[in-house]
Amino acid sequence: MKFWKKVISVSFLICMLFSTQNFVVAENKSDEEFKAGEVIIEHVLDSYDWHLFTWKGHHVGINLPIIVINEGRIYSFSTKRLHDSATYVTTDKKTGETITFAIPHEGQYKGKVVILGADGSQKRPLDISITKNVMALFISCTLIIVLFYLVMKAYQKRGEKAPKGLQSLIEWLIVYVRDDIARKAISEKCVDRYLPYLVTVFFFIFINNLLGLIPIFPFGANITGNIAVTAVLALFTFFITNLLGNKEYYKDIFNTPGVPWFLKFPLPLMPIIETVGCFTKPFVLAVRLFANITAGHIVVLGFISSIFIVAKISMAGGVGMSVFSLILAIFVDVIEILVAYIQAYVFTLLSALYFGMASKEHHH
Amino acid sequence: MSLLVVLQEVTKAATDLAPLAKLGAAIAASIAVIGAAMGISKIGASALESMARQPEAAGNIQTSMILAAAFVEGVSLFAVVVCLLVAVG
Repeated sequence: MKFWKKVISVSFLICMLFSTQNFVVAENKSDEEFKAGEVIIEHVLDSYDWHLFTWKGHHVGINLPIIVINEGRIYSFSTKRLHDSATYVTTDKKTGETITFAIPHEGQYKGKVVILGADGSQKRPLDISITKNVMALFISCTLIIVLFYLVMKAYQKRGEKAPKGLQSLIEWLIVYVRDDIARKAISEKCVDRYLPYLVTVFFFIFINNLLGLIPIFPFGANITGNIAVTAVLALFTFFITNLLGNKEYYKDIFNTPGVPWFLKFPLPLMPIIETVGCFTKPFVLAVRLFANITAGHIVVLGFISSIFIVAKISMAGGVGMSVFSLILAIFVDVIEILVAYIQAYVFTLLSALYFGMASKEHHH
Repeated sequence: MSLLVVLQEVTKAATDLAPLAKLGAAIAASIAVIGAAMGISKIGASALESMARQPEAAGNIQTSMILAAAFVEGVSLFAVVVCLLVAVG
């Protein structure tokens, strides 16, 4: 019995190691060339449907709804209607005329839903579709909420007893954020105001980074590698810093102490520099997270694509290449797990530092 | 006169310079990587040296090292993002 337990656990471990691969499915029908650049960019960007795999030339995926608002009226339809460059013709709900939706393949609105005018003009409506990243956000946020609900229940049930199981894993991370990130950066008096946001953002970024590495269906969407998501997180930090900053903080921006008067009076050079710095800090937060995660995904996808590129030249070379590529891709995937944690840590630490600087008391 | 002709030819052929742009993007990305590698190796070297001088502070030093390395890497990834934008657009 112990022997079979060992066999099962070792094979499970091997499966887990190999499960951190992002398998690239070549979308070629018959003998089309494998364009590595396009495949990689496709896997990293957002899309209107969730492509699972290609079965005998058929594209198998989940067709997510497209929801657009044109001049106050909502139209929603499935992505299936816009497959293979088809157009979707429906009647305008107010004027009764026909209205045509399509996804153009080139031009300014390449890859996005537009309304085709009679003369071929393209107009982009307000697009609130459920895209792949939105769907993945729903799934991962449900997962996070369930996780924390279970931990909360465990605390209620066990009271003052030692934590057990899932609770001990999450508690370790929360205490780490509270003691080594928040309390080191923010003064004792004000920590409790900022702590819920810091814990939330840490777990959101960490769990979404990790889920983006798993290639199986409900996960595997590049959420934190989407500049819109990271920009929103950075905006939250920006608003919390500036709305809860005290007078000390604003005095340091507009009337920096210890700086000679001629840098402030006729041409307010110092306030301009400080204000620009105030805006670049959240911008840098957003781009750092986005670039790190996207670059990691591109590297792994590049390794796997190199197998297909070499296989086009010679099948035997492809088989040999796949051994090296898989080893390298596993190595990079393990680094990506580390990067997932480090990026969450750096984002949370920098947010805590900005909060600390904004709520610092003046020392005499 | 000949300079004018050369300039006209260059502007006419401006749309043919796209491959040059991709070459520029690739070279720029590798220069950014060189800068990042130099910065992070300096950080690692000084961290190791100070951990050897005072082993009790190793935990603090390690945390600061990872933090500083993340910043340096972030800056180099700006350059990579710009190069990606040039290469695919």
